[in-house]
Amino acid sequence: MKIDLTDTTASKINKALVQGRRAIGTPAVGMVLTMVIVTDEENAYDSLKAAEEASHEHPSRTLVVIKRLARTPRERTRSHLDAEVRVGADAGTGETVVLRLYGDVADHADSVVLPLLLPDAPVVVWWPVNAPEVPSKDPLGALAQRRITDLYAVENPIAVLEQRVVSYAPGDTDLAWTRLTPWRSMLAAALDQARTEITSAAVESEAENPSAELLARWLQVRLRVPVERVVTAGPVVTGVRLGTEKGEVVIDRPEGPLATLTLPGQPARTLALKVRPMSELIAEELRRLDADEMYAVTLRGEHTKETATHV
Amino acid sequence: MSEQVLTRSEDFRDVVEVRGANPLRDPRDRRLPRVAGPSGLVIFGVTGDLSRKKLMPAVYDLANRGLLPPGFSLVGFARRDWEDQDFAQVVHDAVREHARTQFREEVWAQLAEGMRFVPGDFDDDAAFEQLRSAVEELNASRGTSGNFAFYLSVPPKFFPKVVQQLKKHGLADAPEGSWRRAVIEKPFGHDLASARELNAIVHEVFDPEQVFRIDHYLGKETVQNILALRFANQMYEPIWNRSFVDHVQITMAEDIGIGGRAGYYDGIGSARDVIQNHLLQLMALTAMEEPIAFDAESLLTEKLKVLKAVRLPEDLGAHTVRGQYAPGWQGGEQVPGYLQEEGIAPTSRTDTYAAIKLEVDNRRWAGVPFYLRTGKRLGRRVTEIAVVFQRAPHSPFDSTATEELGENAVVFRVQPDEGMTVRFGSKVPGTSMEIRDVSMDFAYGESFTESSPEAYERLILDVLLGDANLFPRHQEVEESWRILDPIEEHWERHGGPAQYRSGTWGPEEADEMLARDGRSWRRP
Repeated sequence: MKIDLTDTTASKINKALVQGRRAIGTPAVGMVLTMVIVTDEENAYDSLKAAEEASHEHPSRTLVVIKRLARTPRERTRSHLDAEVRVGADAGTGETVVLRLYGDVADHADSVVLPLLLPDAPVVVWWPVNAPEVPSKDPLGALAQRRITDLYAVENPIAVLEQRVVSYAPGDTDLAWTRLTPWRSMLAAALDQARTEITSAAVESEAENPSAELLARWLQVRLRVPVERVVTAGPVVTGVRLGTEKGEVVIDRPEGPLATLTLPGQPARTLALKVRPMSELIAEELRRLDADEMYAVTLRGEHTKETATHV
Repeated sequence: MSEQVLTRSEDFRDVVEVRGANPLRDPRDRRLPRVAGPSGLVIFGVTGDLSRKKLMPAVYDLANRGLLPPGFSLVGFARRDWEDQDFAQVVHDAVREHARTQFREEVWAQLAEGMRFVPGDFDDDAAFEQLRSAVEELNASRGTSGNFAFYLSVPPKFFPKVVQQLKKHGLADAPEGSWRRAVIEKPFGHDLASARELNAIVHEVFDPEQVFRIDHYLGKETVQNILALRFANQMYEPIWNRSFVDHVQITMAEDIGIGGRAGYYDGIGSARDVIQNHLLQLMALTAMEEPIAFDAESLLTEKLKVLKAVRLPEDLGAHTVRGQYAPGWQGGEQVPGYLQEEGIAPTSRTDTYAAIKLEVDNRRWAGVPFYLRTGKRLGRRVTEIAVVFQRAPHSPFDSTATEELGENAVVFRVQPDEGMTVRFGSKVPGTSMEIRDVSMDFAYGESFTESSPEAYERLILDVLLGDANLFPRHQEVEESWRILDPIEEHWERHGGPAQYRSGTWGPEEADEMLARDGRSWRRP
């Protein structure tokens, strides 16, 4: 069920949500979190779709905040809020409100979002594009336990990554990091089998890939060896090589979802390492809502810095 | 903040160095799933129904979720003239048909490389030699590191043969630094004596902690959630005792009949098939004290304590009921009665319905009856645990206002539609004061398209990880038989099963059994 509201306020939207729930005959609320998506019109559809798919695993209220640019100077001064309330089958397993903010109210989105948050439930903010420089200091970001950014959606990812190192606050996370989970999981599983000391490491990827950079930093932190960054034709991360005394541990994924794992003294075997769709990434993010300490450690590349100062 | 993170990671670095553990693993890194270590699974009776419908799909689903180690290997053992490829084809078809997650070529490719088939009989020494060389070959070519689980998906009469063969051919002995585990399915005997015998046979070859008894109910999310709800919250435990609880009803109802399982079912009956394992386990989880830790040893201790405290009613005739389904209509279909089923003698006394009353003799539960019932061809398929509370000791409302008010209840819905329901009284909207029962449901969302792990998936992964939390130990099995045996003996000697029309909620005698205590069954 859909309810369209033009030139509205948060309290009217709340009323519409209750009205919508009653109309479809399920007045009870069983949602576990509020998801706020801050995006532009262009990316709203895909992001909302991913969030709604993820809501099957994590029933949630999804608020999509779209800041609209008015075309004429006169409209620019006219501040108003339009909303589209969706409940029931139109909104995954939870409920969705698409908010379009025009004029001055666009700078005060938090005043619209705050009254619409589920009582006493965690809040997650996701910027599919145009994340603020310091997510935790953003008025919307400050409302959230978890702030999701995406380095794949920026012009100059490595430079932005450096900025994230400085601006990191507990609760920050990035989808470039989420994308690495299958890689990291398989690398850890590979080392479960090859129990030897790692003496060198290399990450192969297309140029300027933020996931590859994070993977390299993670390996650097955990293995305490310098990690070489090798540029390949891609796509994304294509391989990781870990040198040991007995030979190399290699996961190689030249293209497609099929990778090969090679351990010293053992024949190569195939591994499924697919690139996951956005909905799965978001679902993974929503599984844990406390600070991701490993991400923090990886961002900073802590141990290397530390050895640099101490040695 | 940054300093704090630093010191903590420093601490951990010491741990890493001391244990020589995998540097890529860290308890703080909770994104990394619990991936089983290098290992393989050998399935005996791989051509059976369970194997095709549950085990193979579960293995594939685990691989698809990235929870199996690279090089994971699956070995089938059965009396078929198959090559490895034929076996792979059978698994492929089973996975295509029954897997819960999407079929993906790359995942299949990863799995198929590690599939082997060993043809042979259980007393064929050559076949077990071949199995041994297959295991060794996999250690070398796939890096399974000598870690193997043997899944005995075979009727219990073959257990002795298979475990003896495993021992004889050195398959049960794990090489240094690796493990061997045995997985067995119910029935774990048909009475205390046979259960002991079976356990003795298995334990002669495998140590108790190497044996994993599958009770797929314990792999269900809701069943694990019973523990979370009871022991992670403050609001349930204070009222979880005789001062507030009136009684507990545990129901497992099936809408189907015995189907083609006449040979297995006749002579066993519903009490042995369901109450002995599933219902008594659910009861133990509902009634047990808080374990000191969430590990297999502590859980076993508490469950065993409750089972040992279970007392049977003195008058078994008045407080137990058994029944047989009679012809009738079930869900819009005309169905035959049990005695008319193919392969069942018209004089069979096997129970297809059983209801029993148990008490738990301890301070928490003294005087609180636990009613356990199970049956085939009942109203609908449902499993639930209902904790029914006493009525409020005093009501300021007059009796007409509360006429429709029943007792409060907390219900764990185990299947289908897993979740929890709380029943309480609420005012009916309007100007008059009228109070009636309402239900509040809670259902956690299922993992989307790739719905939440099936019980077998969870349990197979636990076997590979060596996590025995969800597996009953032999002491529990024996204790459960101790509870059930006197009832079966009583039934053996007195009367016969009551007939109940298919599609209803069991024989009238069962309603009378509760009416005698001034209670009635919930309609689940």
